[in-house]
Amino acid sequence: MIRIDAVTKRYPDGTVAVDRLSLDIPDRAITVLVGPSGCGKTTTLRMINRMVEPTEGSILLDGQDIRRQPVNTLRRSMGYVIQNAGLFQHRTIVDNIATVPRLLGWGKQKARARAAELMERVGLDTSLAKRYPYQLSGGQQQRVGVARALAADPPVLLMDEPFSAVDPVVRKGLQDELLRIQNELGKTIVFVTHDIDEAIKLGTTVAVLRTGGRLAQFAPPAELLSAPADPFVEDFLGADRGIRRLSFFSSAGLELQSGPVVPLDADAERLASGGPAPYRLVTDADGRPLGWGAPDELTAGRIDRDRLLPYGRPFLPGTDSLRTALDGAVLSPSGWAVAVDGEGRAVGVVSQQAIGEAIRAAHTEDRQDAKAVR
Amino acid sequence: MNGFFDIPSDLQYGYFGLIGLHLREALLPVLAGLLVALPVAQLCVRFRWLYAPVFGVTTVLYAVPSLAFFVLLIDYTGMTETTVMIPLAVYSLVVLVPAIVDGVRSVPPETLAAATAMGLGPVRRYLQVQLPIAVPAIIAGLRVAAVSSISLVSIGMLIGNQGALGNLLNDAQIYHRPPLAVNSVLTTAVLGILVDAALVLVRALLTPWMPRKGVTR
Repeated sequence: MIRIDAVTKRYPDGTVAVDRLSLDIPDRAITVLVGPSGCGKTTTLRMINRMVEPTEGSILLDGQDIRRQPVNTLRRSMGYVIQNAGLFQHRTIVDNIATVPRLLGWGKQKARARAAELMERVGLDTSLAKRYPYQLSGGQQQRVGVARALAADPPVLLMDEPFSAVDPVVRKGLQDELLRIQNELGKTIVFVTHDIDEAIKLGTTVAVLRTGGRLAQFAPPAELLSAPADPFVEDFLGADRGIRRLSFFSSAGLELQSGPVVPLDADAERLASGGPAPYRLVTDADGRPLGWGAPDELTAGRIDRDRLLPYGRPFLPGTDSLRTALDGAVLSPSGWAVAVDGEGRAVGVVSQQAIGEAIRAAHTEDRQDAKAVR
Repeated sequence: MNGFFDIPSDLQYGYFGLIGLHLREALLPVLAGLLVALPVAQLCVRFRWLYAPVFGVTTVLYAVPSLAFFVLLIDYTGMTETTVMIPLAVYSLVVLVPAIVDGVRSVPPETLAAATAMGLGPVRRYLQVQLPIAVPAIIAGLRVAAVSSISLVSIGMLIGNQGALGNLLNDAQIYHRPPLAVNSVLTTAVLGILVDAALVLVRALLTPWMPRKGVTR
């Protein structure tokens, strides 16, 4: 565990970057430091590997003050990923990744073999090994940055706005990749960002810092969304807090209706037997959804697939969240969301009303949990 | 072109001998200048306030006429090649120090931060990151310094036979042989072009990591 204990950073000109900050950063989880510019998040991160020395307070790594070991030994035990990757432009990709192992005295062959292994782990083709950084795209460079940080298998990973400079599509890919890698490796990650959505997506716990380097709230993302500590945090979280919070509720409990799901060649009886739902979801021969239609507008045996209404975005029950389910229901003109299995076959439909009930139930459960904790 | 390559015997060298002497007198000072400029430039990068005064001093030294240097130096080093080379080395600093400072400063801050964060100490950071990335800028400085040094060697004729190809200009006058002057000018120019080309080649060999024109990923 990294314990940040009443740390203050005051610069000679009197500016206070970090103000009596205390944080316990748990092992094997992603802790995100988020806040507006000037909130001291990068300064805090850089104090963990002593690129910035605190004016007051101390930082303990597994109970020991980080100042008690040589600074470069400390740094080599912590991977570091920075915005724009900060690759060594004069070295090949494989040599960039092998930097820290080489510093630790590994042989050239062993270090390069390790580098190749890491390229695969972060989703880079090993044919890029002998290329130079300028020959890679921004997203690829950032993957190299992550591989370089992981090269010596450090227990701690410090990430300073690593994905801020790439476009949104690439950023999403890198975030998913990081979560996947974290699932496999279980590092203690401290992640700095100014993007609250990134914080909520990646963080196991999120520390919201306010200007002047003071801690506003330190909580898991779902709690942040449901109970922001003060107006600053609420404002920083932005709009749609309630909708975004639904991302943390599973769609597993939704009661799916299979009655309204009918095949393209359904007969009159089948069309009529769909229960009270005002619409039928028509599927193709494989069971994949085609669109919605009102029962009295569908001709038995000869359904015209071009006249069906769009069905929004389907969700995977159990895998996707209530947010995805609700989104599907809102997008669909019928007001019902379509649930599909892994192959994209419709397994049922669920109404906005049913989703609304599930949300209310989730809230109640959540409140009882919160009470139990207190 | 009568007697174009017929070098008068008072110069004590044949044509190629003069070329060798000229290159030695021109390039050794640049090398010495580089060896001095590297640590000076690093100090200027480390202590920002130092750069302005250092740059001022090198500029003033560049403005000192070589004849004045010769007068000062002859008491110590005599009428030798060394007396010619010392001012040339001093002159090269005015180009080399800013070139190296700019080169080292051109290293992106995130690259430097990453190097620090990976546990590279100041010496490793300088030798393994800053200096290699500064190579293109350093070689650009060396090209200017070398070519200017090649043309400046000629003034060595002021202290006797130390001007190498420049002495041909003097002999052209004494012996009324204009082709010798043409030879001096042309040969000096060709040397300049060849040395410049050699440095461009060295840069290409040292920096396979530079984006090349016309090559995209």
